[in-house]
Formats: sequence, structure tokens, C-alpha cells
Amino acid sequence: MRISVQETPFAPGAEGDAFAAGAAGAGAVVTFTGVVRDADQGRLQAMEIEHYPGMTEKALTAIAEEACTRWSLADALVIHRYGRLAPGERIMMVATAARHRRDAFEAAEYLMDYLKSRAPFWKKEILTGGDADWVAAKDADEDALKRW
Amino acid sequence: MDILYFAWVRERIGLPREQVETSAATVAELVEELRACDERYAAAFADLSALRVALDQELSEFDAPLAGVREVAFFPPMTGG
Repeated sequence: MRISVQETPFAPGAEGDAFAAGAAGAGAVVTFTGVVRDADQGRLQAMEIEHYPGMTEKALTAIAEEACTRWSLADALVIHRYGRLAPGERIMMVATAARHRRDAFEAAEYLMDYLKSRAPFWKKEILTGGDADWVAAKDADEDALKRW
Repeated sequence: MDILYFAWVRERIGLPREQVETSAATVAELVEELRACDERYAAAFADLSALRVALDQELSEFDAPLAGVREVAFFPPMTGG
């Protein structure tokens, strides 16, 4: 299990390859990469991501450990960036490896749902006009936790 | 006790962290003390349902006791991913 909270960019392909190579014997590897979205093209200048050093690593570790308890996983990976990111940049990645695909898929979704609402990150949108606003938490993200 | 603020809570209060001497028994009592001392805190803590609190880096509740706690953090609901 590896948790990385980092400012620097990461390469999802290389991370995925290294993760899969380390999970020898797994029959399924699921990877998910989150990208900074500019829904109305040209509106978003940057996304600033703030986090709570210390608590972030603890929270992500606890979430990943819980996933490893609930599903039969060979390994799990969570990478999450902070700082100023441009549209199109990769913001985060999760990977899970398991003997069977259902465990890998479900554990990856669980990791995503929990890190959206329970890991101490906050996003601020910087718009091209200079305006800036904090992204509000969505009820749907909180509701997503209920299925687990 | 160290108090930390994140995201718009930090912006409203105007600082990321501070040390306070308090005899508050619970988080809610600490919030009342802070509210009373300056309008910046009153603005930040106007609606507690819009806030979350962590005690020693564990998510907690506003009625939780503060005995033995070294670090309190206030922040809006998280938006990771």
C-alpha cells in the first residue's frame, strides 16, 4: 500500500506499470486518474488545492487500510496532488490490485468516494477573469458514502 | 492549544494557525469564545453546519470534549478527488 501527497506531477502510465509489477499474482488491476476539468473551455485558469499536512496522510492511510479490510486486495495506491494545477493536469490517481476484478473495481470506487469527502483537501477555482471561489462540497458526494 | 484554519475559514479569519489559551470544555465552547473575541471569527463561525472540525487530526464533532487535545482544526467540508 502506498499513499503519496505531493506537489509534483506524476505519470499515470509509469505509476500504473510499477504498481501492477509489484502486485504479482493479482488477476485484476484497476487504475483511475482524476484530471482538472475545465467544463466551459477557457473559463478556468487554475485549480488551487489546499490540504492539511499530517492529517491528509493519516486520513488517506486509514481509508486505504479500510479498503484492504473490506475487499481482498493484493495492493492499493493513492496519489493526490496539492498546489496550483492547470486545466488538463492530473490531480490524483488510485490503483487497486486483486485476484478478481470485482474486488479491484469496488475497492477503487470506495477509495474515490471516501477521499472526495473524508480526506482533508479543498479546491479553489481561479477563473480567467481573476475571480476565485472555493468549490463547494456536493450532497451527492456525501450520499455516495451511504452505499458502503 | 494550536488552532488551525483551512480554505475559506482561513481566509475569513486571516491566519492559518494560532495558539490560544482556553478553558473551554468542548469544541462548541471554544467556538463561542472565538466568536466573542473578534468579528472575523463571528463571520467564519456564523454557520457551524457549513464547518467541520478535527481534533488531533481526527474528524470529530462540535460537542466533543477538548480535554487532552493539542490541535484543533476548523475547515469547510472536504472536496478532494
